Amino acid sequence: MKNKGLFDVISPIMIGPSSSHTAGAIRLGLMARCIYNNKINKVEFTLYNSFAQTGKGHGTDKGLLAGILGHCVDDVKTKDIFSVKGIKYSFNFKEDLSRHPNSVDIKINDEMMISGDSIGAGEIRITSINGFSVNLAGQYHTILLMYKDKPGMISKASTIIQDRNINIASLHCDRNEKGGTASMYFALDANPQDEVIEDIKKIEDVYFVTKVGKLD
Amino acid sequence: MNILTFDELVEECKKQEKNIYELIQEIEAADADISVEEVRANVKLHIETMKSTIETGMKSSEKAISQWCGDDCEKLQKRYANNKALLGILFEKIITYSLATIEENLRMGKVVACPTAGSCGIVPSVIIAVAEEQNFDEDTQIDALITAGAIGAIISNKVQLAGAVAGCQAECGVAAAMCAGALTQMLGGNITQILNAVALAMKNLLGLTCDPVCGLVEVPCIKRNPILAIHAVTSSELALAGIESKIPLDEVIDAVRQTGQLMSPMLKESSLAGLATTKTALKLKEKIFG
Repeated sequence: MKNKGLFDVISPIMIGPSSSHTAGAIRLGLMARCIYNNKINKVEFTLYNSFAQTGKGHGTDKGLLAGILGHCVDDVKTKDIFSVKGIKYSFNFKEDLSRHPNSVDIKINDEMMISGDSIGAGEIRITSINGFSVNLAGQYHTILLMYKDKPGMISKASTIIQDRNINIASLHCDRNEKGGTASMYFALDANPQDEVIEDIKKIEDVYFVTKVGKLD
Repeated sequence: MNILTFDELVEECKKQEKNIYELIQEIEAADADISVEEVRANVKLHIETMKSTIETGMKSSEKAISQWCGDDCEKLQKRYANNKALLGILFEKIITYSLATIEENLRMGKVVACPTAGSCGIVPSVIIAVAEEQNFDEDTQIDALITAGAIGAIISNKVQLAGAVAGCQAECGVAAAMCAGALTQMLGGNITQILNAVALAMKNLLGLTCDPVCGLVEVPCIKRNPILAIHAVTSSELALAGIESKIPLDEVIDAVRQTGQLMSPMLKESSLAGLATTKTALKLKEKIFG
């Protein structure tokens, strides 16, 4: 665990009023956009617990949509984001005490379901993608892939990263069942070149690969 | 930053014969693998954002999403258009800038969380108002903000800076402590005086609850910002006179942490008690959220 630095305390430069309910919401949207990495026509947000109860007063709904549309935490356009055209969006509000107080499900184009929590001071974590558990905080350049669960996949993907001389800070895997679909993500110390993603895509039985950038 | 306590900070500053900001800007530069100039340029960007927030906030009286806050800074400026502030122009500027900043925050304007969004009006108001009134240059303001950040960072090693964890003592309380230290730096205080200012500010905010009405960053957060900005100035003035906190700063921070742990979760950003469940607060909640 890294100790706090100057700019963990004097920051972020953000749109108010709440680091957890506004800045955190924008960053969750941004992460989801980055993970999906394709044109978004439709998005459905389900807000839980405190996000659902007080989100409106904090612009949590606006923040989530602004993030999905690629606006950063300090973009003043967030306030008027509901006037945007070209994307269908809806919000549901639920209570589920098994979830984090500030959590959200983001369903994109009826294809991908991304869940995340805003854990305070603008920091966030993506907790699941299409049902696979992950823990992405936007602190590292990350490569995320989904693939058929079979021997040798970790080694194949990590070799491609190693060949580009990029250090792997951490690696996490999950699967739904033996021989079923699996997920893996690498947290990296450097921004991987596009070729790395292209090469990983070429591995047989890899269904989906995306690069998730470091959040500012 | 590898400095975990204020004792370590003092030791390291003495060993290297540096001010707090000199030491910290070098550590920051080394940690991020950038130059000290780049660290300072980034701090400068934050100060410029703080100034533009004040400017925008002073011109606006737009209401918050809740529709019941947002015109306090306008009221204050109207008063000062015809009356002098009892404690003079600096006092007037500090509380005006502080309100301008925190009101921008609640109307979804751009602010610098310092250390949090709900406490964003405290540190900037004092640094900027004092710099204007005393003709301090940009470098002096950068030194002050680095000092403030260092203080907040060291406190956050023991106390998470979130109302939900340790109450408002960890948000506006820590902001006031950071501010007291930053001001003491600006006014030429030595490291002992800086840390005493921090200790004095912090000690007098122990147990401050976080009980926001309707769960919004509005009541009591807005008015708490100007009030605690002045609290920080008082702490700094005492420390500059050589008045010491009888309890050393690290021990004060231990007390903040322990107090935070002992405070009921009902008083820590859950809006389940205190101001948040008063008769009037519950009526407002019904009005806004139905």
